[in-house]
Amino acid sequence: MMLIPCPFCGPRNEDEFSCWSEAIPRPADPSSLSDAQWVDFVYNHRNPKGPVREQWWHARGCRRWILVERDTRTHDVLSASAAAP
Amino acid sequence: MSDAQTRRLPAGGEIDRSRRLRFRFNRVELEGHPGDTLASALLANGVRMVGRSFKYHRPRGIVTAGAEEPNAIVQLGGDEDEPNARATTLELREGMQARSVNCWPGLRFDLGALNDRLSGLFAAGFYYKTFIGPPGDWNLYGPLLRRMAGLGTAPERRVERSCEKRFHHCDVLVAGAGPTGLSAALAAARSGARVLVVDDGPVPGGMLRESTVEIDGMSGREWAREAAAELDASPRVTRLERSSVVGCYDHNLFNVVERSPPLSFVDERLWKVRARRVVLATGASERPLVFADNDRPGVMTASAALAYLGRYAVRPGAQAVAVTNNSSTYSVVRALADAGLEVAALVDLRPQPPPALAGEIESRGVEVLTGSAVVRALGTREVRAAEVASLARPRERRRIACDLVLCSGGWDPRVHLHSQSGARPRYQPRLACFVPGESPLPQRSAGAASGAFALRDCLREGWEAGVETCRDLGFSVPAAETPRCSEEAPLEIEAHWESPAPAARGKAFVDLQNDVTSEDLRQSVLEGFRSVEHVKRYTTAGMGTDQGKLGNANVIGVLSRALSCDPGEVGTTTYRPPYVPVSFDTIAGRERGELVLPARRTALTDWIENAGAVMFEAGAGYRRPLYFPKSGEDMAAAVAREALACRTSAGIYDGSPLGKFELRGPGAVTFLERVHANRWDDLAVGRGRFGWMLREDGRLLDDAVTFRLGEERYLMFVGSGAALHVEAHLERLLQLEWPGLPVFLTVVTSQWTNICVCGPRAREVLGSAGVEDDLDTPALPFLTMREMQVAGVPALVARAGYTGELSFEVNVRARDGLAVWKALLRAGEPLGLTLVGSEASMVMRCEKGFVSAGFEGDGIVNPFDAGYGWAVDMSKEDFIGRRSLARDARVGGIRPKVVGLLPEDATFVPPDGTPLVECGAPLDSPPVIGYVSQACHSPNVGRAIALAVHDDGRRRIGERIEVAAIGRRAAALVTRPCFVDAAGTRMRD
Repeated sequence: MMLIPCPFCGPRNEDEFSCWSEAIPRPADPSSLSDAQWVDFVYNHRNPKGPVREQWWHARGCRRWILVERDTRTHDVLSASAAAP
Repeated sequence: MSDAQTRRLPAGGEIDRSRRLRFRFNRVELEGHPGDTLASALLANGVRMVGRSFKYHRPRGIVTAGAEEPNAIVQLGGDEDEPNARATTLELREGMQARSVNCWPGLRFDLGALNDRLSGLFAAGFYYKTFIGPPGDWNLYGPLLRRMAGLGTAPERRVERSCEKRFHHCDVLVAGAGPTGLSAALAAARSGARVLVVDDGPVPGGMLRESTVEIDGMSGREWAREAAAELDASPRVTRLERSSVVGCYDHNLFNVVERSPPLSFVDERLWKVRARRVVLATGASERPLVFADNDRPGVMTASAALAYLGRYAVRPGAQAVAVTNNSSTYSVVRALADAGLEVAALVDLRPQPPPALAGEIESRGVEVLTGSAVVRALGTREVRAAEVASLARPRERRRIACDLVLCSGGWDPRVHLHSQSGARPRYQPRLACFVPGESPLPQRSAGAASGAFALRDCLREGWEAGVETCRDLGFSVPAAETPRCSEEAPLEIEAHWESPAPAARGKAFVDLQNDVTSEDLRQSVLEGFRSVEHVKRYTTAGMGTDQGKLGNANVIGVLSRALSCDPGEVGTTTYRPPYVPVSFDTIAGRERGELVLPARRTALTDWIENAGAVMFEAGAGYRRPLYFPKSGEDMAAAVAREALACRTSAGIYDGSPLGKFELRGPGAVTFLERVHANRWDDLAVGRGRFGWMLREDGRLLDDAVTFRLGEERYLMFVGSGAALHVEAHLERLLQLEWPGLPVFLTVVTSQWTNICVCGPRAREVLGSAGVEDDLDTPALPFLTMREMQVAGVPALVARAGYTGELSFEVNVRARDGLAVWKALLRAGEPLGLTLVGSEASMVMRCEKGFVSAGFEGDGIVNPFDAGYGWAVDMSKEDFIGRRSLARDARVGGIRPKVVGLLPEDATFVPPDGTPLVECGAPLDSPPVIGYVSQACHSPNVGRAIALAVHDDGRRRIGERIEVAAIGRRAAALVTRPCFVDAAGTRMRD
């Protein structure tokens, strides 16, 4: 059970959160992308071995979406921050 | 003292001689004292043979005095009714009833013991070799084997045990309260840290409970008691007795099981401990040596004998022979001899043990045989003699009479928790054992748990670990005053796993609980197994309830010899929690029955349950009515009556579980545009609209009906089951993708009670309930919302619903919900207003062909496939899912379409999920062209109907296909997916 330092609530247990996916911003203009590029954005994620920045939802806490940088090998949480403003 | 306790010494130990506890073992009444374990009480009564083994049903006795015990596993009867209890850690209680396992009809005469003679059938991998494939038949042998296997029997009745959970946070967790743990805890406590000390014994001290060495001028037991008293006096220290740290998880989360917590009404408590730093002071366990028939009752580890003597004042035998490969056994033998246990000989595998040690015990009348080995234990139901050979002349055998063989093959640090943290223990040849490696978590192993076995080193390492840990955390550290003890030499050992002089016959066990011999290990190597993990699974070594705590080191040692490599190259198997077995009761705690998943309730749930509804667990944790049976009605009749009433008179149901979101702000309309497939910028205030929300892959997320309450204020209704997913989706977009968009989303699901009144007489029902507003279509058309008074309270009334009938959704504050519900029912009674459950609602959605993301939204169907092209505006520049829909259109191909089905047998309702096939397709593996998404008997159509997802189905309307249900192929007509009021006039006009 990881301990995730929610920027709004402090360190909280992992089971209060839901993990969505790697933090890849939605393309500003999807229609300018080729089908292959779009399919990569929707389906083909990197799933790296090592540090990865992910979107997590503090569903059973403050209900804020946060960005968590996590090492998939060790479960070390390298950072957790609020999204932009 | 009872006469029966023939092996009890007249003085000493931690037992309370003033009280006696009566207990039964295999129906024989025996006596012990408070402070005894079941094992020590049995030994005090001279009971040596306590059970039979798992596979060969060989007589077995007590081997250890702790959690490592592989043999003394008993079944508790009476009030407890518990299998797999370890006699060595089980505290004796008045009236305890225990019996042996693995024997039938009795312990002394056991039919299964024949297996010992047939052992050729049970060698390594016997499951695969003997019983599967010709000539074996697993179906024949399986049940028989399963009856013979296993330890004990599952209880037949529910045993009421009370358990609870507790969460705890501390600066320093100290696992173990032996000399190392107490020393570490004292250092940490004096620095002001919040400390949790956990120990599995009923009193603190660990090995100090039986040690004869003095610390700071006190006996070990006194020192431990004083240390514990100092800890208990500190308000920042919590000390648990009778508690095991059973698991280590990510980021220093630990599970601790506390048995019989003091000052409480619970039997067991599961602590979930989050520790900033950890000192692992879990000590070491002594491993036995492997020799022929080393499983005979009376063979035990040397330290166990000392524990029985020191803690319980029990002499585990009359005359002993000790065998060792290391120096620790000398002090044990000295202490045993001083306590009056006759030790005939100490057999040391090493050619030249230190002369000082030998001299000390020779002066006590113990013969020391160096460079020698115990080859075999003689005797069946208990040891009668040890066969000893000099390694220089291995053929010459000498028998030494004894009823106790004390063996020591070295010491294994308990690296379990350390390894669970993700670390790999490493082999230390000087100590012939695995010691902790590098933990990825902030943990320190100290004392015997790190390979420092001498008491002096334990005290020093424990203290240093406490000091260093607190320094890391920024606490002011006390001046060094390490507890001091009399000198003790460090461990000297020569690596031996198995007796080097082979016996002519007999089995040499490495895993006593699973009956795995050293020969089994060599056999598996011969058959090509190399990895210790594979050998474990093939031979089952280390797979019992003891998880190989005693035997695994010998497994690795014997394997290393068979593979001609270093034990470090063999490596350990993976250590997994829990360290000791944990009961399901303890894991569940109070989360049983209704509390497993507490149900969400609306303002009307109590009333609905009292009205006799049959309830079910609906989505999002709600308990909802499935149907409301009248007396004598079955489900089908009740559902048909309810669904018919909605289309002929009026029905009423509780729609409060619908997800409700309020959107406010200048960006609200832009937000609705981006998350829906259709247009929203032309919606007038007071009007509402239906729309699909899609996922980025263009598939159905959920449908929503949203009303515009004001210029910048909207109220959105979504399906109850999907509400949480939709909320996550919308909030993710608002917070992460479009943080600049000025919109606030507020979940108001439980703020509103939503009551739906539907059916041709719905207007009359509202009118009778005191609604004075004009409810006719020109004043309140379909998909509009007005604020009005219903039953005397303010309400938001909307023309909307999920039945396809004239329908009003009455939204009132939750606190008014019950009163309005009752008023509507009273008003509706003369009009035939009928209570409607969820099942009838589903029948009506099926009749209307309203696509549901939960049924037809299978991850492939897009809104065009679902027949909702009218609700998609591809001319919008962008919305979530648009890009994927554009790709769908470009790729083309055959798409699955939502259609209706009319089975030709009007009474046949195919189960949901039934495949569709072409007429006349082969019976065996026909190509599947779709599936039934939902089917029901429709009381309004008067026959069976179904919705289906069918490849290219819209072109097939009017054709026949077949539904391939299990055991039945039935023809059906493909239709448009709507069976009632296809024009939709009832709903709109």
